[in-house]
Amino acid sequence: MRELRVTPIKNGTVIDHIPAGMALKVLKILGIGDNVSSTVTVAMHVPSHAMGWKDIVKVEDRELGVREIDKIALIAPSASVNVIRNFNVAEKRRVSLPERVVGILKCGNPNCITNAREPVEAEFLVKSKSPLRVVCRYCDRELEDIPAHIV
Amino acid sequence: MSSFRGRDVLSIRDFSRADIDTVLKAARKMVPVALGKKVSRSLEGKILGTLFYEPSTRTRLSFESAVSRLGGRALGFSSAEGTSVQKGETLADTIRMVEAYSDGIVLRHPQEGAARLAAGFSEKPVINAGDGAGQHPTQTLLDLYTIWDEKGTIEGQTVALVGDLKYGRTVHSLTYALAELGANLMFVSPPTLEMPREIIEHVKEKGLTFRLAHRLEEAIRDADVLYVTRIQKERFPDPQEYEKVAGSYRVDADLLRDAKRDLIIMHPLPRVTEISPDVDRTKHALYFKQAFNGVPVRMALLDLILGGGS
Repeated sequence: MRELRVTPIKNGTVIDHIPAGMALKVLKILGIGDNVSSTVTVAMHVPSHAMGWKDIVKVEDRELGVREIDKIALIAPSASVNVIRNFNVAEKRRVSLPERVVGILKCGNPNCITNAREPVEAEFLVKSKSPLRVVCRYCDRELEDIPAHIV
Repeated sequence: MSSFRGRDVLSIRDFSRADIDTVLKAARKMVPVALGKKVSRSLEGKILGTLFYEPSTRTRLSFESAVSRLGGRALGFSSAEGTSVQKGETLADTIRMVEAYSDGIVLRHPQEGAARLAAGFSEKPVINAGDGAGQHPTQTLLDLYTIWDEKGTIEGQTVALVGDLKYGRTVHSLTYALAELGANLMFVSPPTLEMPREIIEHVKEKGLTFRLAHRLEEAIRDADVLYVTRIQKERFPDPQEYEKVAGSYRVDADLLRDAKRDLIIMHPLPRVTEISPDVDRTKHALYFKQAFNGVPVRMALLDLILGGGS
């Protein structure tokens, strides 16, 4: 019998097929730091048939919302998200990048109106999915270093 | 877009070739009215909100002149000083208020994206009169009008853009529009102030001929239009370096000896030293006419958006 490096979880979310090396950024997006009350398992550089190498993140007792999944798509567009209930895969979702990214990224242009005290969320248009390129809908600037600008 | 009525004017990139054509033709018809030789009342009873959060001479005065010439009125402020903005009111709230007092809003604001934000909070049309280092579409339209009116066409003209091509918003918008209309482009700038890569990429994608140059002398023989912009002192850490660079991009009568006879020289103004006064008397100088053209072009837009123009 094959031995699993990472054991199954009872309830929670498994994020699989994360590009190798991006697992810690996924944790950052999910806001997982020292403040979590459940177990989080991170597997890095795991052999994968499809990808060569991949990372996996398992978060126990937490089901991810659509908005959180969209956020993951910004740094791990190939990831799949499995919602686990009582050791079974209850839902299988592919992350998918929307055409517009609203309220997830902050504009890198300090003089953009979305960085002023105005009642709007920053909004980006996806110019290209691979490589990922996004442009601010307000100031028209392309956002550099996307992971650093995740809200 | 088939109709201009009620439309926002936020970026020149929202304009198709046909849209630009409509504005240019309408602007030509407005010239006698702009000169006071004909009377039009097409904006009678209309109120234009003019919100200028930062100073502007030409843009504000030409908008006010345009609306007055068409029988409408302008209502607004020419600096944020003394307004509720100073009390900390958001742009969104100011827009919601002014929308209730007027039929359309002209906005100049120091931050990029302000006009698009304003348009999101206003049912009434918003015209961008410059947002920080961002867009200034009515300036581009008057630049296009000036070339079209003088040359009869824009397609195939060789336009040399000179000066600060890296930070100048005027030249960026103009480049997009000229690429759309099929002009040949020459980018003449100091190596440190070259046209941004993504704009050059865009020109390439359009399949247009373009040339990069660092010396004015390389461009002067072939140009049909010389579009000169100011090189700002603050872009250079060393004042001596600035003097040297600025000096080598100065247009004077000497340089023009090699120019085409029908070369036109344009400048968005204000100029400082980049065009020598001895050029003003030559037939090449078109910058003051260009400044006047702001009035008929803005009249045409206002008429198409708010008035009876179609």
